[in-house]
Amino acid sequence: MSAPLLQVRDLRLSFGDHTVVGGINFDIEAGQKLALVGESGSGKTVTALGLLGLAQGARVSGQALLQVEQGPPQDLLALNEQQLRGLRGSEIAMIFQEPMTALNPLFSIGDQIAEVLQLKQGLSRSQAWDAAIETLAQTGIAEPARRARSFAHQLSGGQRQRAMIAMALACRPRLLLADEPTTALDVSLRGQILELLGQLQRQYGMAVMLITHDLNLVRRFADRVAVMEKGQIVEQGPVGTVFAQPQHGYTRQLLASRPQRNISEPPAAEPWLQASGLRVSYPVAKPGWRGWFSSGRFVAVQGADLAIAPGRTLGVVGESGSGKSTLALALLGLQPYDGGELKLGEGNWGGDAAAKKALRRQVQVVFQDPFSSLSPRMTLEEIVGEGLRVHHPHLNAHQRREQVAQTLSEVGLTEALFPGLLQRYPHEFSGGQRQRIAIARALVVEPRLMVLDEPTSALDVTVQQQVLALLQRLQAERGLSYLLITHDVQVIEAMAHEVMVMKDGQVVEQGPTLEVLRQPQHPYTRMLVEAS
Amino acid sequence: MSGSIPVSALTEASPASPVAPGLSPSRRAWLRFKRNRLGYWSLLVFGLMVLLSLAAELVSNDRPLLVRYEGQFYSPLLKTYPEKVFGGDFDTATDYHDPFIRQRLSEGSNWALFAPNPYGYKTINYFAREPNPSRPTLDNLLGTDDRGRDLLAQLIYGFRVSVLFALALTVTGVLLGVITGAIQGYFGGRTDLAFQRFIEIWGSMPELYLLIIFSAVFAPSVSLLLVLLSLFGWMGLSDYVRAEFLRNRQMDYVRAARAMGLSHWQIISRHVLPNSLTPVVTFLPFRMSAAILALTSLDFLGLGVPPGTPSLGELLSQGKNSIDAWWISLSTFAVLVTTLLLLTFMGDALRDALDPRKAER
Repeated sequence: MSAPLLQVRDLRLSFGDHTVVGGINFDIEAGQKLALVGESGSGKTVTALGLLGLAQGARVSGQALLQVEQGPPQDLLALNEQQLRGLRGSEIAMIFQEPMTALNPLFSIGDQIAEVLQLKQGLSRSQAWDAAIETLAQTGIAEPARRARSFAHQLSGGQRQRAMIAMALACRPRLLLADEPTTALDVSLRGQILELLGQLQRQYGMAVMLITHDLNLVRRFADRVAVMEKGQIVEQGPVGTVFAQPQHGYTRQLLASRPQRNISEPPAAEPWLQASGLRVSYPVAKPGWRGWFSSGRFVAVQGADLAIAPGRTLGVVGESGSGKSTLALALLGLQPYDGGELKLGEGNWGGDAAAKKALRRQVQVVFQDPFSSLSPRMTLEEIVGEGLRVHHPHLNAHQRREQVAQTLSEVGLTEALFPGLLQRYPHEFSGGQRQRIAIARALVVEPRLMVLDEPTSALDVTVQQQVLALLQRLQAERGLSYLLITHDVQVIEAMAHEVMVMKDGQVVEQGPTLEVLRQPQHPYTRMLVEAS
Repeated sequence: MSGSIPVSALTEASPASPVAPGLSPSRRAWLRFKRNRLGYWSLLVFGLMVLLSLAAELVSNDRPLLVRYEGQFYSPLLKTYPEKVFGGDFDTATDYHDPFIRQRLSEGSNWALFAPNPYGYKTINYFAREPNPSRPTLDNLLGTDDRGRDLLAQLIYGFRVSVLFALALTVTGVLLGVITGAIQGYFGGRTDLAFQRFIEIWGSMPELYLLIIFSAVFAPSVSLLLVLLSLFGWMGLSDYVRAEFLRNRQMDYVRAARAMGLSHWQIISRHVLPNSLTPVVTFLPFRMSAAILALTSLDFLGLGVPPGTPSLGELLSQGKNSIDAWWISLSTFAVLVTTLLLLTFMGDALRDALDPRKAER
């Protein structure tokens, strides 16, 4: 048996005194697909960057032996910058998560691929261009000759990721490092890109190291898996074995972090929110000189019918651009709707200022990004207490503080765990904790309906499960109604009583969750369910 | 279902922060500011200079701070005494540099406590031993100007005028800039469009010619200068504030605040403004130094403060006119350069302080 393609021994990486990767060992055989799994901050991306000598400012030690085509194996960590540059692209290539920022906006796709070929294989300009088109064709881009002249912004997300792959594979590297290659893409595209990667891998017989936090991806794609936690590989082995018999506690925790359906059936009641034929549009500039005189309207939601009863959750699922967030803004009264009926309890957003304010108290929202949804310059007391100041101005500072502390403890943040809790600032909390703060901010005014706009998609799987469990508990205790917006079918399955599938502003299918997910009628729903 | 939350939920790795918990962003910024030694010391030195110049009457004055004359205390600093009080012949205000008065004040148990530099900015030393402008002597530490006024006193008072003027100009400029930028950025759309066009028109007015015309029409004064410079000084800053507001108003926390039912004013003042002040604070020292420079150059051209006001620009133009009196231009130049350098160092440190990517330690 020959030596593995890449042999990593005792790889350590640290920034200053902060150790990010603490001595890991793994092998990649030629033509093997290894998945590196872990949550954010576990050191998986840095590992890949470190192998390529791209981890800027890090102290790297250890050994990473790479079998090269000719000559003795090379230790990647001992090479100087110039030698590494010779290996990058031709022996090892990398693709990144966000293709929009990884492609140069000033050069056409073809130029960027041809440049690699000119540099690495010494092809002439025209040869390189032809080879670039051929590579693009292999990644499944339609009309490659025309697309080669396109710039990154002229391509769709999926095409950009394909172009990135073409660029990485242009010189037929023997090892491809793929860092979350599908995370920025819509569900329907993820499958395609993964398929493409698998097909090219077989075709070229190259090895792939897939870095991901998505266990589904691992199960479908990889041969071997290495689980990382806090800079250590805690478990590795063939995918089948590890998934069937996880040895390490952390692996078990990861595998068990699939969201659990734990929702109760509240007694039947009159829906609190009712909308029929809801249509939302916003102005967009018309192209050319006509835009000077009038603006067109883009219809983001056309004719949505929905109803949410107390204690129930309506899940809205769809891809980016399907109009689900616009729908949420309209229900929140932050975006005017221009057609259809909306009834929230007795009123709607058309009332006078006082009626509007009363309604604001009953409809609250939790956003996706826990880092932009809390003002970085306010203390927790100010953030959570703000709703009280607006809606219960009669409370004095002491009563307000008490209520803030109580609401925070209800979402699991207590003075005992975080000394000086109320005077802390958002930057002192992690993503999941911030999301709890955002929930507390909404909860403190005791709303009836909470709009949850992708509440967990920025979180790690284990944290996601905890936040979802918290939301389920709050619903059971308080009889809250949720409008849950997500692109993740698993989350819908765990949380929603009813589901509504949106595509291009249209509701394509709606009904009780389990029914819709088990027997999807619309082809789009079927695709979503299969992809999950 | 159980009400307890798994503890692991709360022990997830929190973002690595090298500071003790509970430090507010502004406190952390101050720690980062202190880390920049040059900027920190510049702040201390500049603060000291400003304090000294604010107490200029105690530091440099032609009147004694306190006089003991024939068993009685007099405070010429606060009150004007006629010469007769001290045994002179006239009802006019006492000239404490007059050798006769000096002599009366030092006879017997009489004494007078003078300021460290016994000249005001207007004091003409009629009793100088050298022709005007006098080179640095023991009497006049930095020499005198072409009218026989003490240079050190002029520099101290001129520095005070410059700094106070720059402070006032910065404050009005920042206020106007923040308000207009906030309105444009927060409301956007047509409001923004209208303001931007107005700024384009306003910004293309020839500022210098307006200044020349106005200084010909009205009696020149510091306040006129302040108004005129303020009218044009806010535009640069308002662009930055507008951009910050445009960015921050899209943040989810602003949306959450809107969903909470806060008024526009509450959202602006509590949420958007505090998060949009970084460029404002960063530019403060640079704006100050620009304002000092503007006043100095207008004075140099004779378009600035009225004659008789102590001013660095006027001293520079004197230095130019009598090039042999090197001490005038050299010391004024030194004061200007020191001030501007200190302000620039402070600006650099502030920029570091407001960049959260830098660690505090």
